[in-house]
Amino acid sequence: MNPPVATAFFFYLLAATMIIGGILVITRKNAVHSALALITALLAQAALYLMLYAPFVAGVQIILYAGGIMVLFLFVIMLISIERNMKERQFNKQWLVGIVAAAALGALFVTVYTKTSRGVSLFIEGRMSYGESQNTQMIANLLFDRHAGMYMFAFEIASLLLLVAIIGAVVMAKKRI
Amino acid sequence: MHSIVEYITSYLQSNQTPGAAGNFAWATIYILLVFVGLSIAVICMNWLERKILAHMQVRLGPMRVGPHGLLQPIADALKLLLKEDIIPAEADATVFWIAPFIVVLAAFTVFVVVPFGPTHAITDMNIGILFMLGVSSLAVLGIVTAGWASNSHYPLIGALRSSAQMVSYEVAMGLAVVSAIMMTSANAEGTGTLSMIGIVQAQLEQHEWFLFKYFPLGIVAFAIFAIAMVAETNRAPFDLPEAESELTAGFHTEYSGFRWSLFFLAEYSAMIAVSSIAVTLWMGGWLRPFPNALSGPTWDLVFSLFPGLTFLFLAALCFYSTARMPKHPLFRIQTMGLAGFGVVLALIGLILFWGPARTRIEDIYWFSAKVAGFMYLYIWYRGTFPRYRFDQLMKVGWKVLLPTGLALLILTAIVGMRTEILSMFQEGLR
Amino acid sequence: MAYCSEKAMNTLLHISTLHYLVLGAALFLLGIIGVLTRRNVVIVLMSIELILNAVNLNLVAFSRYWQSIHGASALHGQVFAIFVITDAAAEAAVGLGILIAFFRNKETVNVDEVNLLKW
Repeated sequence: MNPPVATAFFFYLLAATMIIGGILVITRKNAVHSALALITALLAQAALYLMLYAPFVAGVQIILYAGGIMVLFLFVIMLISIERNMKERQFNKQWLVGIVAAAALGALFVTVYTKTSRGVSLFIEGRMSYGESQNTQMIANLLFDRHAGMYMFAFEIASLLLLVAIIGAVVMAKKRI
Repeated sequence: MHSIVEYITSYLQSNQTPGAAGNFAWATIYILLVFVGLSIAVICMNWLERKILAHMQVRLGPMRVGPHGLLQPIADALKLLLKEDIIPAEADATVFWIAPFIVVLAAFTVFVVVPFGPTHAITDMNIGILFMLGVSSLAVLGIVTAGWASNSHYPLIGALRSSAQMVSYEVAMGLAVVSAIMMTSANAEGTGTLSMIGIVQAQLEQHEWFLFKYFPLGIVAFAIFAIAMVAETNRAPFDLPEAESELTAGFHTEYSGFRWSLFFLAEYSAMIAVSSIAVTLWMGGWLRPFPNALSGPTWDLVFSLFPGLTFLFLAALCFYSTARMPKHPLFRIQTMGLAGFGVVLALIGLILFWGPARTRIEDIYWFSAKVAGFMYLYIWYRGTFPRYRFDQLMKVGWKVLLPTGLALLILTAIVGMRTEILSMFQEGLR
Repeated sequence: MAYCSEKAMNTLLHISTLHYLVLGAALFLLGIIGVLTRRNVVIVLMSIELILNAVNLNLVAFSRYWQSIHGASALHGQVFAIFVITDAAAEAAVGLGILIAFFRNKETVNVDEVNLLKW
């Protein structure tokens, strides 16, 4: 088929899922509904990563984000009984200012994307298809290789950050320190 | 029309999985085959569990519904489908409805990368094992939402306990899996792989199941995974969150009828999925016993007769049971049914002796046989071990399995890189 | 479809980096609206996760663009995305810990009732 319909179809399907999930996250009264919508958006994003030939990031997204962070969110939502909260006002007093600010930011995005993409072609998908059999190895090269890797320091700092976060979360949530 | 037929038959010449070959038609066919096979496996598993558990407890189990209770699972399925669909009064209907589907989704999507043979997988992702671990961790979300949506105490506590248990044992599972993955890089180029088919081929090339590699590291890793996988699927002895005497069925208390059957289906599919991971990572996947030590056409022929022999053995069991049926006119239909079942099994066995069927089935057969062994282990555990209390369960997960897994990881890395470490020492000493 | 120009259909059908950037921008805006307008702390934290995901999408889309210029091993965007995911996990954990501590004191999860220091 001449026009690449399959790629476009899946991209628009996943993009629609993400946008609808995002809208549901910010508009639902019930926090569990928001969390479920966010899970859907995260899974659609993992599929988009697969379309971008980034299988390792997709796997990390499913394991960490959808399977870890969202479980944490759901736990906390359930431990904090917020049925009383669902009957209160959901949007705060400065909601109009918030939307105006977001609209201004959106106008900025539109300006940047339409001005710089004229004449400069951000590359078209489908012209280049690198086999994905080397993706994990190449990421590992960037992270760990002695000669070609440049992210080893960031890796160690990230693990230190996670340690600090673990200790911090435990201390914050304890009843008596 | 001709191009469609060509599209479909062009796959038969390729030696890739349908996902790698990009063939949608065959991928759909494989997906349907896996789906149907999984459903049949869950039905068999239901019957086998009740019979084997019964025989372990010196009783007979279901004997009435069909000959030796063979139609019991079908009767159960019919009952569940026809039961009244009850939703608790204050429950959140949307979430209550979605929760079983999340669990089933997580349990079934895992099978996209499970390798039944060198090309018999729906697709072979580069990150196969990572995908399987990640998607099976999505089941926790379904359980948590199911417990919360029931709007009742027992399900909520059961759901929180169940998800805490699953999350804790996922860590131990991940560590055991990583130490098995490290063994795949013990080849000449030093490149490992995360893809499921690649892991089994690494075992083939290294002439050794990872179970026996770097003895005893392989066995300890397998033991950690075997314990963690039982806890991950909420099965005995780690089934406190759903045991009837403890929490009145935990997170699926308020679910009845079809929704309960979805949870049940998802639990057994998850059992088969994690058993597939264990079989692929440590026990050589689809490889027949001794593919390198006993190689050659005669040994290949001998081992390829096993599928047919297995079905003939099962048919012989059926005929033996038929001979032992009570000779009473009321049992006539059951006796005929059992004899007919035996004849069907014998026919399948005879078909599997035929050449082309032999070559296609043997990988799938060895894989299924190993997974069936694991299923028997699951049932055996349920009949044998007493239940862990919840704090004991968490203690085992965090204080026993996690440090052992970490130590195992470091030891496997050191043993796997022993030549490099030794050469670094020698360079340093020089 | 006589009213759709050929060029417009071409841009719509051939998915390029620009499509991913626009999607990322849309998600970013949704997250910003969520952070600025909602009162429930948990939903604010979830909107922050949306923002971080939009950023990740941009990073990975640009990493693909770099691959077309600098060769198949230029996966810096993907490595950066992995670090952002790690960061998001740490921040979600600490944020929820703070939420639990605050909820234990004030029995509310609304952001605009956290005003003890207001004068």
